[in-house]
Amino acid sequence: MAAAKTLYDKIWDAHAVASSDGDTILYIDLHLIHEVTTPQAFAGLRASHRSVRRPDRTLAVADHNTPTEGQSLGVAGVKDAEARLQLQTLERNVKDAGIEFFPMGDIRNGIVHVIGPEQGRTQPGMTIVCGDSHTSTHGAFGALAMGIGTSEVEHVLATQTLRQKKAKNFRVLIEGTPVPGVGAKDYALAVIGAIGTAGGTGYAIEYAGDAIEALSMEGRMTLCNLTIEAGAKAGMIAPDQTTYDYILGRPSAPRGAAWEMALSHWKTFFTDEGAHFDREVRIDASALVPMVTWGTSPEDVVRIDGVVPNPADFADEAKRAQVQRALDYMGLEPGQRIDQAKVDRVFIGSCTNSRIEDLRSAAGVAKGRKVAGHVYAMVVPGSGLVKAQAEAEGLDVIFKEAGFDWREPGCSMCLAMNPDRLAPGERCASTSNRNFEGRQGRGGRTHLLSPAMAVAAAIAGRLADVRDL
Amino acid sequence: MTPFTRLDARAAPLLEANIDTDQLIPKQFLKTVDREGLGAGLLYEWRFDEQGREKPEFVLNRPEYKGTGVLIAGDNFGCGSSREHAPWALLDYGIRCVISSSFADIFSGNSLNNGLLLVSLPEEQVKALQDEAKGGNHIFTVDLEQQTVVAPSGASYRFEIDPNVRNKLLKGLDAIGETLEYVGDITRFEETRRMTQPWVSA
Ligand code: SF4
Repeated sequence: MAAAKTLYDKIWDAHAVASSDGDTILYIDLHLIHEVTTPQAFAGLRASHRSVRRPDRTLAVADHNTPTEGQSLGVAGVKDAEARLQLQTLERNVKDAGIEFFPMGDIRNGIVHVIGPEQGRTQPGMTIVCGDSHTSTHGAFGALAMGIGTSEVEHVLATQTLRQKKAKNFRVLIEGTPVPGVGAKDYALAVIGAIGTAGGTGYAIEYAGDAIEALSMEGRMTLCNLTIEAGAKAGMIAPDQTTYDYILGRPSAPRGAAWEMALSHWKTFFTDEGAHFDREVRIDASALVPMVTWGTSPEDVVRIDGVVPNPADFADEAKRAQVQRALDYMGLEPGQRIDQAKVDRVFIGSCTNSRIEDLRSAAGVAKGRKVAGHVYAMVVPGSGLVKAQAEAEGLDVIFKEAGFDWREPGCSMCLAMNPDRLAPGERCASTSNRNFEGRQGRGGRTHLLSPAMAVAAAIAGRLADVRDL
Repeated sequence: MTPFTRLDARAAPLLEANIDTDQLIPKQFLKTVDREGLGAGLLYEWRFDEQGREKPEFVLNRPEYKGTGVLIAGDNFGCGSSREHAPWALLDYGIRCVISSSFADIFSGNSLNNGLLLVSLPEEQVKALQDEAKGGNHIFTVDLEQQTVVAPSGASYRFEIDPNVRNKLLKGLDAIGETLEYVGDITRFEETRRMTQPWVSA
């Protein structure tokens, strides 16, 4: 009998084309591209007289620096000259190469990691790459999905392969039934809090356990999305009926006889009984409460009913200085209750939490309530299609009545490359994925949390437990 | 890509752990369509104040660290975003080597592809090197052939590095050119795919 393999081993083996100098040349099934990390890659191709090998396995969107209003005016309407040039460069590059492109204003456009799954391009057993670290999102479908840099984007464009060294296997088991108000975002923050931002370095993580099986596809995407914040190469979940149901009928999903053929292939992607994991961690979902971050690293996680750390409690000098620096930056007192932190802004969006379920969950809390007077709160749907769906369900009306600003799709204040950003010292409850210094604007203070918790913060005007509303 | 053999340069200590790529090159510098010139944005918010004036106390701004070629940094260097602008900015600024006790995965790949040498050493050795770098004005030697870092005191530290990574850096090899030598294998792989997984074609 063949040796037992993990899900990661199986996808890896199915895509190994050759080995060269200690690297495996891995075939790439789907390459997603966007405006920020590709101009230098296309320029590199041109400089070395190379062409795009498989335009048909490449899909382009404009998302990182697009404004969240006035998108129907097209690229010419983008006020920032540098952003405009970058968007125009993408447009020209994909046209020359014959790559399918959903430009700004197209209803199918939006955040790259929302679009792949939404279009049915993301499928189980695939290898997927994108010049963006949160490519790990697509692992929710049982794909091996990795963020890459621009030289690697150029490499994939030219060869449809990526040179890689195999990572080790890490399983995160999440078991038990969570209390209401706790979900995928809280699982992710709990995992990062438990293993740290370097805890996954050198590993591919597979999530398993009954709490994972019970998650919807969108919840799984949130969890896999945040895997990169634990430093892992990839995050993945074996496909099951939930996965197949989600894919069925999407524009690029196989149909008819091809569907049956695809399905029998997809069903081979699971971890064999007895397969070896180099590391394993267990999380009890039933013991979790809603989580938020207090500091400037995603591992700075605290329960919403908890207190921020006191530097004096750390023996290690470097750690003490690091905690102090984070507290100073965040404008928090050692040992204070996290739910006393007053917020100025609320951001609901990003590839972590901008899908229809996220918006439904947020709207469910917002319904019939009002955003606190001193808070500016915005909702940025992940794609044009998510926006349209939300509007068809009347979610936009709920948000607007509660006092939220309802915007057009894109990355927006997740990385604040477009005009949406924090002013120095402003505190933001954000459903995004990074609370680094200056991430949402210079001097801005970010607390990561779930969509429901973001609404709770908007209404209370401070970080608050959604279960108390 | 410029080959890396041996570097004699000043080194600057950056004691913080988890220095992420958002810090290394903030978003406002990501709108460029070029690789060059990014050194101006390196560690921008640490080097400059809100008015764009140099912060004189920051290590890279101090006269004794001018012309720094090596950074000696805290653990988990380069975590966060996949932006290759981070190694581009370091190289454009003149930094050809970073020493730390660990590096984030994507950043490591990006650095290799641009000829930026990452040296991993145990935490105590990184601390010792940081201490030696504190006075500034000293020359450190990073020798990739010998796999050593020699501090101003003469203390020498041997580092481990993947032999293939070392070879690529020493020769300044172009990864795409190397992979294209396997184009026959890639084509055969695609042909099999077309038969066994016909639904994947767009
Ligand atoms: S939403 Fe944020 S994390 Fe996601 S792709 Fe956009 S910038 Fe990256």
